[in-house]
Amino acid sequence: MIRIENLHKRFQKNRVLSGVNLNIRDKGIYAILGPNGSGKTTLIKSILGMVLPNMGEINVLGSNNKGDWTYREKIDYLPQIANFPSNLKVQELIHMIKDLRGASSNRDQELIELFAVESFLDKKIGNLSGGTKQKVNIILAFMFDSPILILDEPTTGLDPVSLIHLKELIQKEKAKGKTILITSHIMSFVEEVSDEIVFLLEGNIHFKGTISELKEKTKEENFEKAIAQILIRKDV
Amino acid sequence: MFKILKYSFFDLVRSRWSYVYFLFYLALASVLLFLNHDLSKAVITLMNVIIVLVPLIGTIFGVMYYYNSKEFTELLLAQPIKRSSIFLGQYFGVAVSLSLSLLLGIGIPFLLYGLFESDAIWDFSLLLLTGVFLTFIFTAIAFNISLSNENKIKGFGYAVMMWLFLAVIYDGLFLLSLVMFEDYPLDKLSLIGTMLNPVDLSRTLILLKLDISALLGYTGAVFKQFFGTNVGLFLSIGVLCIWVIVPVLRIVAKAKKKDF
Repeated sequence: MIRIENLHKRFQKNRVLSGVNLNIRDKGIYAILGPNGSGKTTLIKSILGMVLPNMGEINVLGSNNKGDWTYREKIDYLPQIANFPSNLKVQELIHMIKDLRGASSNRDQELIELFAVESFLDKKIGNLSGGTKQKVNIILAFMFDSPILILDEPTTGLDPVSLIHLKELIQKEKAKGKTILITSHIMSFVEEVSDEIVFLLEGNIHFKGTISELKEKTKEENFEKAIAQILIRKDV
Repeated sequence: MFKILKYSFFDLVRSRWSYVYFLFYLALASVLLFLNHDLSKAVITLMNVIIVLVPLIGTIFGVMYYYNSKEFTELLLAQPIKRSSIFLGQYFGVAVSLSLSLLLGIGIPFLLYGLFESDAIWDFSLLLLTGVFLTFIFTAIAFNISLSNENKIKGFGYAVMMWLFLAVIYDGLFLLSLVMFEDYPLDKLSLIGTMLNPVDLSRTLILLKLDISALLGYTGAVFKQFFGTNVGLFLSIGVLCIWVIVPVLRIVAKAKKKDF
């Protein structure tokens, strides 16, 4: 599905990714973890072609992503910060993204009901609260049925009910046979939803495997402590 | 590209600032006509305002739009859309909506005043044409500056400095150099100097058409002598086109290599 080979990225003097190799072959939910500044978002943005790597290759569904843009039809992306043109109404934004992608989708109605944003459809996006913006963000990302789904901090600003809906939604997408990449700092969320974790540290992958493998390796029962163990020992 | 253009355009058309800009020109043109009762004179006064103000507004709007829509641009970048389409669409959205405010704001009062019965119609059209050119040029330069600067404050600073330089300082330096080197033949130098500044070029272009020798100044006189009125007109319009095309091409090149 996604194959990354020897990916290097430097922002001026700051080396963010240094030789990342990652091969995601199967369907399922992959959590990309790591401390702040470990290169999670850069990695995701490289997959999307928003960040251009200094070195290395990225293949998405068998085609190299360099200079190509059509492969993004196969990816749905939830960005970290939901900021949309403030003059647009929610309804118009949804309509616009549909129009831009040129794909027909009937799922938006279902999602609008699920996250209870009907009453905001005619409001301007600039007047929405952070949580509601994030809900709109989620609706936009889940609206299309693409085989790859990338979620960057999906839980930001969500209330508990919406969080439950989001988890259910993610499980549903997984059941459809999608590949889902998630970054999050909320460990309980990660433990609950993810099948496999990819741990980034200082621009390299330090661990890739299931949560139980991680616990075995670090000899910790608690997932959060296991993660802390990698950070402390750095040699797992 | 046209989809992005459409959305950027409608987003801007509905913003308060487009209306402020439109109403300002509407008021300015109406007052000028009311006070002057003479279309040609109103055209000259308007020219002096447009030549300074249009670049300033184009610059500020361009920079502001780019930085304000940054997150939205990121959303678009994740969609299956070509990079150059996104930035060109946004650029044309800004430039077209600003041009429209200008055209309508000045056009409506002049039309109501009876522009079509007057012989100032060509002068007036040329004034609007240069206004549109200046909008496109300075919006493109503003996009270039903001694409090259991550920092909003820096981008704003450079953009305003660029405007100040081209609209005010350039003339001063130019005049100074003409005075200092007055013993030498300066025809070619002053021609090149005019071509290198779209603001000067627009002014010369309009004055050439209006044929007011008193306002033409040294460069204008050289221009006229060198090219004659008609060749001068076409040449300066051609150079204005280059002033649009080069920054637009740089937007495309810069956007292709940038990380978001």
